[in-house]
Amino acid sequence: MIRNTHPTLPEFEYIRPQSVGEACDFLTRHAADARPFLGGTDVFVRMRDGVLNPKYLVDVKALPGMQEIRFDPQSGLTIGAAVNMNRVIAAAETREHYPLLADACRSVASYQLRSRATVVGNICNASPAGDTLGACLAFNGVLHIQSSQGVRQELLSNFFRGPGKTTLQTGEIAAALFLPLPHAGSQGVYIKLGRNKLSDLSLVGVTALGYPDPGAPSGYRFRLILASVAPTPLIAKQAEDCLAAQPVTPASIQEAARLASEACAPIDDVRGSARYRKQMVKNLSARALTSVWEKLNRRGQNDISSD
Amino acid sequence: MTFHQINLTVNGEAEQVVVASNVTLMRMLRENLALTGVKNGCSAGECGACTVLMNGEPVNSCMVLAVECEGAEIITVEGLAKDHQLDPLQSALINEGGVQCGFCTPGVLMSARALLNRNPQPGEDQIREALVGNLCRCTGYTRIVEGIQAAAAISAAGGRP
Ligand SMILES: Cc1cc2nc3c(=O)[nH]c(=O)nc-3n(C[C@H](O)[C@H](O)[C@H](O)COP(=O)(O)OP(=O)(O)OC[C@H]3O[C@@H](n4cnc5c(N)ncnc54)[C@H](O)[C@@H]3O)c2cc1C
Repeated sequence: MIRNTHPTLPEFEYIRPQSVGEACDFLTRHAADARPFLGGTDVFVRMRDGVLNPKYLVDVKALPGMQEIRFDPQSGLTIGAAVNMNRVIAAAETREHYPLLADACRSVASYQLRSRATVVGNICNASPAGDTLGACLAFNGVLHIQSSQGVRQELLSNFFRGPGKTTLQTGEIAAALFLPLPHAGSQGVYIKLGRNKLSDLSLVGVTALGYPDPGAPSGYRFRLILASVAPTPLIAKQAEDCLAAQPVTPASIQEAARLASEACAPIDDVRGSARYRKQMVKNLSARALTSVWEKLNRRGQNDISSD
Repeated sequence: MTFHQINLTVNGEAEQVVVASNVTLMRMLRENLALTGVKNGCSAGECGACTVLMNGEPVNSCMVLAVECEGAEIITVEGLAKDHQLDPLQSALINEGGVQCGFCTPGVLMSARALLNRNPQPGEDQIREALVGNLCRCTGYTRIVEGIQAAAAISAAGGRP
């Protein structure tokens, strides 16, 4: 099949509502024919490929609050849906409190694509390969969703239902992503394995986050989230529990990595085989967890020496 | 299909165009304004040949709708030279042999211009990272990178930034 031979998008009507009420109302009335969009970097590609053919594209970028990025030292970071990834990366608050999210954003495509692509679009698109989903899940992100009934808040851990499938209902618009303050001393790593060094979609993506927790038997809690190895981003719960329950050592990290590899159910596709992906989950989980563990220890030492 | 009247600034000139909803910024620049320095490579946001500056930031113009550009400031490769003087990046790419077939060159220049605007003295890694979204099948990139380094050096020595 020859794709994308023509620069023209199929015909549609461009709609720019002025208020959330108007937008939700329009999307509800034209349920089957209308689609909201932000950067359009997923929507336009799928329209050119003939996968999507909406009659109306509803530009929600100009709705109130959509362009705002706001940090509250008491509660956390709110990223308006229309804030593009370069702005997320450049924001001082992201670099200081959520550097893992900045790293994940930096792994997406190219600089000029990230001037358009948004984190909330990445989330709503719900591709298991979405590079920023792991970081948003690791920080216990919450999506603020608007409808004519008002605002509802959805934990991201409950949001993803399958490739391109989420709990979003017709007439609903994701308005912002909220990331609560990270646990004190958090350290994170995102490892993206692509077919080339930069700019490809992930074959396997591994997000790891760790922080001290006196309540855990090991004294630490870890988060481990896998991309491109299941129908949704996969939280490797057994691996996380393993490192909370027993002392963190090279052996327990290997054990956690093995559990992560067992938990995933990848498929064969153009980017790689299921067998390769499973093996890479094991290797890269071990690498990511080791790297987080080293950062946690380095930080501990710095804290002591600076006393 | 509805047509939209758009007012925007392109290379410093106020422009008014009438476009259908599905016309991209790339197509509007090429077909309404005859700015054919904007190249159509992949129409999928991969190759970067259509890169222009929109409100100072580089975008793939194939991935932006013209109707989204109401009030926007667009700079294309045609807007880089000032007073009949090439941008130092243009001169440097010519001098360093960073141009072969030339198809990627306008997009490369716009990405590089945006890079030098946000970071006047980038390292080689930063240059290569800024060019991830600009595919070149001729040069192997080395001479493009050297050209950008040369332009940055000229600017640091007091030439035009
Ligand atoms: C060349 C190229 C390279 C790419 N590389 C990567 C990569 O490396 N990693 C990666 O993760 N992704 C990649 N992508 C995919 C894409 O860029 C990302 O998923 C991006 O984050 C999508 O954001 P957007 O704002 O452009 O979303 P859009 O395309 O605007 O929307 C995405 C989806 O969400 C829905 N939606 C949008 N806004 C809302 C809303 N407010 N409420 C409800 N639903 C909404 C849309 O209807 C659509 O289904 C790439 C895309 C291209 C074209």
